[in-house]
Amino acid sequence: MEAATARKIRVVVAKPGLDGHDRGAKIIARALRDAGMEVIYTGLHQTPEQIAETVIQEDADAVGLSILSGAHMTLVPRVVELLAEQGVDDVLVTVGGTIPADDIPELKKLGVAAVFTPGAGTDEIVDFIRAGAAERHQQGE
Amino acid sequence: MATEPREKPEIEEREAEFSTMSGQPIEPLYGPEDASADPEATIGRPGEYPFTRGPYESMYRGRLWTMRQFAGFGTVEETNERFQYLLDHGQTGLSTAFDMPTLMGYDSDHARSLGEVGREGVAVDTLDDMEQLFAGIPLGAVTTSMTINAPAAILLAFYVLVGEAQGVPAERLGGTIQTDILKEYIAQKEWCFPIEPALRLVTDMIEWCTEQMPRWHPVSISGYHIREAGSTAQQELAFTLKDGFTYVERALERGLDVDDFAPRLSFFFNAHIDFFEEIAKYRAARRIWARELRETYGAKREESLRLRFHAQTAGVSLTAQQPLNNVVRTSLEALAAVLGGTQSLHTNSFDEALALPTEEAVRVALRTQQIIAFESGAPNTPDPLGGSWFVEKLTDEMEAAAYGYFARIDELGGMVEAIRQNFPQREIADASFAYQRELNERKRIVVGVNDFVQADEEPTPILRIDPALERKQVGRLAATRARRDGAEVEAALAELKRVAAGEANLMPPIVAAARVRATEGEMIAALQEVFGTYTESPVF
Repeated sequence: MEAATARKIRVVVAKPGLDGHDRGAKIIARALRDAGMEVIYTGLHQTPEQIAETVIQEDADAVGLSILSGAHMTLVPRVVELLAEQGVDDVLVTVGGTIPADDIPELKKLGVAAVFTPGAGTDEIVDFIRAGAAERHQQGE
Repeated sequence: MATEPREKPEIEEREAEFSTMSGQPIEPLYGPEDASADPEATIGRPGEYPFTRGPYESMYRGRLWTMRQFAGFGTVEETNERFQYLLDHGQTGLSTAFDMPTLMGYDSDHARSLGEVGREGVAVDTLDDMEQLFAGIPLGAVTTSMTINAPAAILLAFYVLVGEAQGVPAERLGGTIQTDILKEYIAQKEWCFPIEPALRLVTDMIEWCTEQMPRWHPVSISGYHIREAGSTAQQELAFTLKDGFTYVERALERGLDVDDFAPRLSFFFNAHIDFFEEIAKYRAARRIWARELRETYGAKREESLRLRFHAQTAGVSLTAQQPLNNVVRTSLEALAAVLGGTQSLHTNSFDEALALPTEEAVRVALRTQQIIAFESGAPNTPDPLGGSWFVEKLTDEMEAAAYGYFARIDELGGMVEAIRQNFPQREIADASFAYQRELNERKRIVVGVNDFVQADEEPTPILRIDPALERKQVGRLAATRARRDGAEVEAALAELKRVAAGEANLMPPIVAAARVRATEGEMIAALQEVFGTYTESPVF
């Protein structure tokens, strides 16, 4: 725990694809920031390439992908794949949005750590990311 | 407005938040001390200035609202089938949802469209698609609403050409296209160009429709998305009206007469779950619009002063948990819209927090409106809540809050400047975060989400979009590209760029390019060469 506090947890909150629904992403970004994390919000309409690049450049501990367009089964695998290609395997990948229950196991198989669907509380999300990032910090130190 | 301190009744109150969902405190009781000092002037009669009680004298005794369910998914064939289904079940107007690539001006075969084609609406790339979308639907006999903004001029051109092919001239086409680009920068976030050229396109459409399409509404000034993005009711009202005033000012600067175009401006508001607050919002909207159009913009015709609106129940109020409860939420919201005097209504389907709606869910949503129209008795008299001390007071407070925002926006230099400075965006983000915190702290209860939670719910069947539809649409587009005359398309796009670089109206070259089967994406790309693109610096 002491090691983890040496460096602020860094989280990229990203909006892949074309949908403009950024209410959830902004609420999460602010909740994470209020919880003391360093939050990089990419803004809207990001390509998977742009997101992977941001995650790497920012040396993020976690990335939250917010998708409400139904395009998650195209966009999420692409982000995961790009991160893997760059040799990044320790970033916590989470997804939030209107994700049908049937798609969740498949996303998890790809390496997504958690999927947060409508109604998820911000506290739950903050706690999850804090725990996951602490683990990464311990491994990294 | 009475300001005397009121005597609180000596009653024990339970521990609860007595305020609207937007934070407006609610007094223990309302009475004659809350009544307007001059009810004749501020409330009046339905169909008369200031139209607080409704835009028409007889309201629903004369004509019911239009039941207009928003639909669109997959390719034009699937959506055409859904349109026919809705018309067969008693729907009275069409409303088209376009997919994300269409809203952003990308063709279905663009790299950025991958995985998004037909997901949140129907994909339309060319005039061929539009013809198929409305196949078998007589455009002279229905009115159509199209929810599209940055590329609105192009979709309007497609629609006009479909009408022409059916033998219905533009002046006989009735309907609405959203075109409200300011709220895109504020809330909905589907844009193609920087703000100034985007506003020029809006003004071009107003001008062109005023001359060519007297039955058409070229702009639907929309608060819906502002509210869905997390604003309060007061912010929705204020930002929407201010957007509307901005379009009026642009059209006046163009040299148009306010009484020529103002009667064709219409509005689109959210119908959220706080019942009385919503009713007050619609009543205040009508009063403010009438006053400002007359006093500030010099309108003289009654038609210019009448605010008419479409309402949609609040998608964001629906829960993924216990989704059947959403039927009840939607019913309350729809009733508020009707008691608030809406001209047309979309009711959301109960499964919309999960996915696009199934046919069954859509049918229940339409039936909800029919039950209000034919069983509830609500349409029997105009503005049944008019004169309620509580509702009149809420209406006055709503109006005052809107004027408070107008003053702050004017201080920043007007709406365009306010948007550039992220003012409305920040207000909305703050309101949405504050609301979320109230839910976390359970100061506000959403049934099934932060209270009355039910473990092991049965899964709800949802509509799945077949991924093959994307390939099918890309195939349709390839066929059009192969069939058309490439040289004609090149020439039309060159002409479009030439006009964009000057000051003439862009509608004629857009119609000409649409006619020779230039795609939406090609036209947008051509305009972007001249206008540039837009990138937001987001605030949270």
